[in-house]
Amino acid sequence: MNLDATKLSELDAFMAETAHKTNSHSYVIAVLHKAQQLFGYLPREAMDYIAHAMNIPTAHIWGVATFYHFFNLKPVGKHPVSVCMGTACYVKGAKLVLDAIKEELRITIGETTEDGIFTLQETRCIGACGLAPVMMVGDKIYGDITPKKAVKVLAQIRKETV
Amino acid sequence: MAENTTGYRYYLTLCDGPTCMQKASRTMRETLERELARLHLSDKVRILVSGCLGMCQKGPILIVNPGYAMYGRLTEEAVVRIVEEHLFNNRPVLDFIIDEDHLFNKFYRVFGDVNFFGKQMRIALRNCGVIDPESIDDYLCVRGYEALAKVLSVMTPWEVIAEMKKSGLRGRGGAGFATGVKWELTAREKSDVKYVICNADEGDPGAFMDRSAIEGDPHTVIEGIIIGGYAVGARNGIIYIRAEYPLAIKRLERAIAAARAAGLLGQNILGTAFSFDIEIRLGAGAFVCGEETALMHSIEGHRGMPRPRPPYPSASGLFGKPTLINNVETWANVPVIILDGADWFATLGTKTSKGTKVFALAGRVNNTGLIEVPMGTTIRQIVFDIGGGVPDGRRFKAVQIGGPSGGCLPEQYLDTQIDYESLTQAGAFMGSGGMIVMDETSCMVNIARYFLEFTQDESCGKCTPCREGTKRMLEILTRITEGSGTAEDIVRLERLGALIKRASLCGLGQSAPNAVLSTLRHFREEYEEHIQHKRCRAGVCQAMLSYAITDACTGCGACRKACPVNAISGTQKTLHVIDQKACIKCNNCFVTCKFEAITKS
Ligand SMILES: Cc1cc2nc3c(=O)[nH]c(=O)nc-3n(C[C@H](O)[C@H](O)[C@H](O)COP(=O)(O)O)c2cc1C
Ligand code: FES
Repeated sequence: MNLDATKLSELDAFMAETAHKTNSHSYVIAVLHKAQQLFGYLPREAMDYIAHAMNIPTAHIWGVATFYHFFNLKPVGKHPVSVCMGTACYVKGAKLVLDAIKEELRITIGETTEDGIFTLQETRCIGACGLAPVMMVGDKIYGDITPKKAVKVLAQIRKETV
Repeated sequence: MAENTTGYRYYLTLCDGPTCMQKASRTMRETLERELARLHLSDKVRILVSGCLGMCQKGPILIVNPGYAMYGRLTEEAVVRIVEEHLFNNRPVLDFIIDEDHLFNKFYRVFGDVNFFGKQMRIALRNCGVIDPESIDDYLCVRGYEALAKVLSVMTPWEVIAEMKKSGLRGRGGAGFATGVKWELTAREKSDVKYVICNADEGDPGAFMDRSAIEGDPHTVIEGIIIGGYAVGARNGIIYIRAEYPLAIKRLERAIAAARAAGLLGQNILGTAFSFDIEIRLGAGAFVCGEETALMHSIEGHRGMPRPRPPYPSASGLFGKPTLINNVETWANVPVIILDGADWFATLGTKTSKGTKVFALAGRVNNTGLIEVPMGTTIRQIVFDIGGGVPDGRRFKAVQIGGPSGGCLPEQYLDTQIDYESLTQAGAFMGSGGMIVMDETSCMVNIARYFLEFTQDESCGKCTPCREGTKRMLEILTRITEGSGTAEDIVRLERLGALIKRASLCGLGQSAPNAVLSTLRHFREEYEEHIQHKRCRAGVCQAMLSYAITDACTGCGACRKACPVNAISGTQKTLHVIDQKACIKCNNCFVTCKFEAITKS
């Protein structure tokens, strides 16, 4: 895969900013954040590129990227769906919602539907515990969700996307 | 509030916390502005936005001052009427006013003042919901940065430390280490470079205190950090915050920029010899990074793995330099202690735990949201007086305090006081302040399994007791919830739990078994029921459920077709039945039925 040139130059600019700071290698996580923001996930090529530019072994970058949940190593769908599995949501039945969605989309956590529309994720507490259980599609929050409501919302979004 | 003298007739405070925003507080604002313009009130009314007010259940919320009228569950229609009747004709619209005596409207009555005798008391959150978090002027109006000015002009670093020690403030991030002592240890170290860190990683699933504190009042935290830097002799401050909190990050960035522009950060602060600046570093979703040594590894750009202590961060922390690390809420208490005095602060709370504690109250309770109570308040007061008890006429069963490191307390412990020692003694843990209420629909074995699954997943894998031990415990718990547990399993859990607590490297492993051990201690009979009678009294554990079809069945045949093992029989338009022996409890029929004719028990 070839990385988009304009995005790469934006990444270069960001790395240049961190390069002159003290302890510049410590900014590798910030650089990975930037890369994920640009490419939607962390392609292998991007990690190689960063390793080279920052003069850090790829193995170290890989180690960091795989350690933190926030980084996606595979492309994500158009609409990331995340069900909150925080404690408040859990005691209010988030598991049932998650199961219903798994069934509806026929994927499990971390997977993307074949048509590339949805990626299923679980998150922990998004700070909307007052509305538990909570589901997020993109950055939109759906509160007081039930298995049936969740399936309905997703069906609606799929209809709008196709 | 900054322009209190400029001839506005009314001040409106509109909550834009995450919950309210989702309930469309944005469109409220548009409607509000449109209606004000229509009645030519735009320059007579000032609209302030505030961070989470802590009353998420009743949001979106609008407060009209002077007079303190609080409107809740706003709709567009309500906004139109409020503008017309209250703001134009000076008659509050009683239909939409919330006047229940709950949560924080007790002490909100006077702008920014607190009702000393109410059940709540806001110190760390004193400005949340009162000022506009994006305006440094608003913060300055509530004596913002006055503590910093006082410290820099009339106090030596050692006097600041003495004051902190006298206040009795203890860390709000979990362990409750005496803050002043920590400052002193860091100050005593000789080094040209020292760091001050604010721990805003808040990884407890089900807690959002630090997030709300930052979103609602970022300057308080920043002021606290600067004072800490002065006291220990550091020039560099770092706020480590989770990437999952974009709004909090944005507010911090703005607040730091504003403070810099005002000469409160940077070179020669307020014209003194003291220079200090703050940088934001993002986490990337790893619970263990809340642990201080793991957090510092993460800032250094490594995998966030903890290391053994000593050396403590105060001697060798970030980049090997002496480092002072405190939690968001701890920092937020600092300016108050400096301004109102350690003597006053030390009068609040209990003998060993001073001041207040913020909790995120959630779960099966009527009023969910953020609360701040004096130490020494009982759990009963929080759950029933402030939280309004359990909804739907159900029975209170347990409260989970302290997140994954904490434990579940049953009804007999409702009168336990909130302080570090009492909670630990009861088998829970102060933790960061998550408080989740559960009723009889929660299965305690399942909850223990839930927390262990979390810690197991978040274990960084560095030390064996935590990595392997939690995995084995999880296997045993899974077995029990699936109906194949044996009597020895309880003994195994207790033995393994004790071992992991003793042998793990960091606090994650040392506290991971707490969820299991506390439920074993307080709800042992539920474990025994699962094992001996294959029964889950809450009806949560799938494997122990039995499905049945009621008279509501129309004989449509949908469930029969949905059943993967052909356990359902019946002819068209007659009552169907489930063969209990064949049923694998997949829940398909339950989801499929359109007539709610399938029950599980
Ligand atoms: C597994 C684990 C997770 C932690 N998570 C947090 C956290 O999210 N926020 C926090 O402030 N402290 C957390 N701590 C506590 C920190 O290690 C540290 O004690 C704290 O930041 C010190 O600040 P304080 O003295 O102000 O409490 C965690 C500790 C452990 C062992
Ligand atoms: S637990 Fe789901 S939003 Fe907090």
